[in-house]
Parts: sequence; structure tokens; C-alpha cells
Amino acid sequence: MKPAARKKIVQVLGFLALRTAMVLVLAVLFLFLYDIGSKGHGAITWEFLSKTPRKGMTAGGIFPAIFGTFLVTVITALLSVPLGMSAAIYLNEYASQTRLTRLIRLSIRNLSGVPSIVYGLFGVILFVNVMRFGTSVLSAGLTLGLMTLPWTITASEEALKTVPNSYREGALALGATKWQSIRTNVLPYAVSGMLTGTVLGLARAAGETAPILFTGAAFYLPFLPKSLSDQFMALPYHLYIMATQHHAIQQVRPLAYGTALVLIVLVLGMNMTAVVLRYRLRRKQR
Amino acid sequence: MSNENLPVKIKTENLDFYYGPTRALKNVSIDCYDKRVTAIIGPSGCGKSTFIRTINRMNDVIAGTRVEGRILLDGRDIHATDVDVVELRRRVGMVFQKPNPFPKSIYDNIAYGLRINGMRDKKAVEATVEKSLRGAALWDEVKDRLDDNAFSLSGGQQQRLCIARALAVEPEVILFDEPCSAIDPIATAKVEDLIEHLKTNYTVVIVTHNMQQAARVSDYTAFMMLGELIEFDRTGKVFTAPANKLTEDYITGRFG
Repeated sequence: MKPAARKKIVQVLGFLALRTAMVLVLAVLFLFLYDIGSKGHGAITWEFLSKTPRKGMTAGGIFPAIFGTFLVTVITALLSVPLGMSAAIYLNEYASQTRLTRLIRLSIRNLSGVPSIVYGLFGVILFVNVMRFGTSVLSAGLTLGLMTLPWTITASEEALKTVPNSYREGALALGATKWQSIRTNVLPYAVSGMLTGTVLGLARAAGETAPILFTGAAFYLPFLPKSLSDQFMALPYHLYIMATQHHAIQQVRPLAYGTALVLIVLVLGMNMTAVVLRYRLRRKQR
Repeated sequence: MSNENLPVKIKTENLDFYYGPTRALKNVSIDCYDKRVTAIIGPSGCGKSTFIRTINRMNDVIAGTRVEGRILLDGRDIHATDVDVVELRRRVGMVFQKPNPFPKSIYDNIAYGLRINGMRDKKAVEATVEKSLRGAALWDEVKDRLDDNAFSLSGGQQQRLCIARALAVEPEVILFDEPCSAIDPIATAKVEDLIEHLKTNYTVVIVTHNMQQAARVSDYTAFMMLGELIEFDRTGKVFTAPANKLTEDYITGRFG
């Protein structure tokens, strides 16, 4: 065979392989979404979204779980966003690149791979017992916050790295202090990336079960948490209960699918927010 | 060569510079005269850029670097403990090799330096922006599009914008680190004209790869090789009757 013909065949086969991989990934994703969408949409009514569960969770709605997930995500964000961004700014802009900072960076990368149940157990010890916050929405939020920190830091640092060094040097050469150069000539161009990474981390946290399992999520509460020291219901935990622990599993299956659909839409919504946010901020820069 | 009857603006005395264990500058002593253009020439890696970046302490931001010897600005050691590096950099402006406008409007690129140095009065900022753009011979080309993004300018215009930006904070010295290596010949001619003009008000130090450029724009020329200062004299002398064989070989194109 002529080399030119062979090159062409390799090219065609290569494209085919890549395209097949993409189609497979999309197929699984759509199958998954279709299954949940088709079995879950029937359960979605205004009552389902706005009322508390009734009759041992075989009827009624999931509003406390929606509210609880929202509340716990806010607490997560309050911990991990300012702390994570500050840590990233320190690591990328201020810390000298020594063996210690390399070790710290490596540890952060590793922490993002620690199973979420480990964070859950750590949260029990630190927040519930040692700090005496009890099993509460506060303990759960802080535990999720710790869990998302490595993502927030890593994403923020990556965003800071994309800002060309010439912006920093240009500002310094004009007599800017280091902080002035960072605040006025680095952060504005990194913030879209920092926020995107952060929101994606929060979206993952909102869907987590293990970290909140022992730290604050409740099986069933007929009322909403009134303070940060109350327990709360959360969508992922509620789903877990309905799918595996309920005494009438067959009966609540439609409700479980409905809950799954709400959770997915919520997480998808947060991810979309991240995309829109990035788009808006990028456009503003231009 | 220090017998000129001109005030010395920048004086380096036995300057050594280290990147970690690597000695990039060896015992460099140069006098840059006030309101004159001093060119630094030499083959790649000879330490020209390192030298110029020590003058505004830009190398401070690189980890693991070390300076020995002294650099005097108006007779004062710039590494003295009571010298504020931020103020030093305001007095000693710098134009970089690659044009590095900020991703802001043309106007805001110039106003940036004024704002970080505390100028709040809008009228004063406006006046200084115009003055600086005129000073960099860019005003006529951009006066109707000050709100456009600086990236919409051509490479040569961007470099003159960076010069205008440096002028805006009223420095006394301007350092040019190969300012024309990334722009075309016509833009280069404009920047060279500009440097010619600037020396009436500023002390200029320019690093260049281009020997013709050094011959055209500078009053004094320093030739460096492998971190050492080989020769330093009036430009006319260096290019017509170099004292050192190495200098002669370099400017006649035998290496480099």
C-alpha cells in the first residue's frame, strides 16, 4: 500500500475511534437522564416541591430536603469560597516555590481524592464532637466546606496561572505594590475561572451524601431547621433513604425518581450558572 | 570613561548577580549619564536583560536570585534598607521586550499607573493621559478611540502605548528591554525617534540585539559578554575604534 493511502486510512480510523468514544459517553449520559426523567417527571407537582413529606414519606412533598440542601450549600460556600480563594492567591502569588509549598500543593491535590465518607467521619470528630456543634446543618455545611476546599483552591490556582506574568510585571514596573498589582491587574482576569471552578465544586457538594450522613442530615423532619444547630433534610440523603432504607420501597419508587430528578436539575442549574457566569465575566473584560 | 563632565544618574559598582548558583553578572561597573541614552549590546545570554532588570529591582520577584555590589541612583544605593522598592520603580520606568498592554481600554492603560499612585482627580488624569500619549507620539492615532481595547492596536502602537504608560507616572529613568524585537521595521523607526526625543527629559538605558539600533539611538554603548562588561565608551568610539578585540569581532559580525 502507498504511504499516502496508509496515512489516510490511519486518519479515518483515528477519527472513527474518537467519535465512537464520544458517542458512547453521550449515550450513557442520555440513557441515564432519560431513565430518571421519564420515571421522575410524573412525581413533580407543585405539592411535591412545596410540601413536607406525609404518611411515612409515602406521600407529600420534599420541600424540607430542597431547603436543607440549599441551606447546607450556602454554609459550604461561606467556608470554602473565601478560604479557598485566599489560599490560592497566597500559594500562587506570595508563597515562594520551595519544597514545602510543593508538598502543600501535593497534599491539596491528594485531599481532593480522599473519599467523601472519610470527610464525613472527620467532620463528626471535629465539628460534632470536639467543637460541639452537634449533628447540625452547621456541622454538615462545614464538613462539605472542607471537602470542597481542595477543589476551590486548585481551580482558583489554575485560574490565577492563566493570567500572564506580564500583567504582574507591568503593574509592578509602574510602581504598584504587590497587592495592588494582584488586586487590580490579576484578580479581575482570574475571577471568572475562579468562580467557575468554585461553583462546580459546590454543585458536587450539594449532591454528596456521605459527608452529611453523620454530621447533620436527618432521616425525616416534619419542619424546617430554625437555627444552624438544627438537623436538616437533604435531597441526596432523602433519595438514599427512599431508594434503599424505606419500608415500602416499591411504593415510594416514583417519589425517589422525582427526588433524583429535582437533585439533578438543581446540580445542572448550578453548573449552568457557572457557565453563564464565566461567559458574562469574560465578555465584560473585553 | 568616567571623566565625562556629566552628572551620573545610575552608577553600578562591581555588580554581581546570581540566579541560584549561576553567576549571571560579573563585576559590572557602568555609569549611565543623566539625560543620555546608554545602550547595552552583546550576544544572547550575556546578561544584558538581567543587568537592566536589576536597575529597577525587577529581578527581586524571581525566587532564588541575589545581588552583590552596588547600584546607585542619584548617588543613593537602591538596595539600602530605607529605599522603598515601589517608589524606586515609579522613578525608574520600564518598557518590556514584548508589548504588554493590559486588557483594558487605551485610556485605562495609561490611567492605571496614575490611579495606583493615588491620582483621583478626573481632570488631572485626563490631562496626564493626553500628555503621555502625545509624549509617546501616539495621541493622533488613538485620540478618537481611547475607549477601545488596547489589544486592538497594532504591535508597534501597543509598544508606544506601553511607553506612554511608563511616561505617565513621571519617571526619571526609562529602561527599555529590547523594545523593538517584537515589532516591524516601520514601528521600530517610530520607537527609535521617540527614544531620541525622550532623552531631553529622561535618562534612557536600552538593551538591544540590534547593533545598528544601538549606533543610531545611543550616546554611550556598553558591550557585554558572558556576564562581563567588555567595553564601555561613547557610542561613536565603540563602533569606529573599539578598544577591545572582542568588541570589534562582535560589531563586525564575526560572532553573535
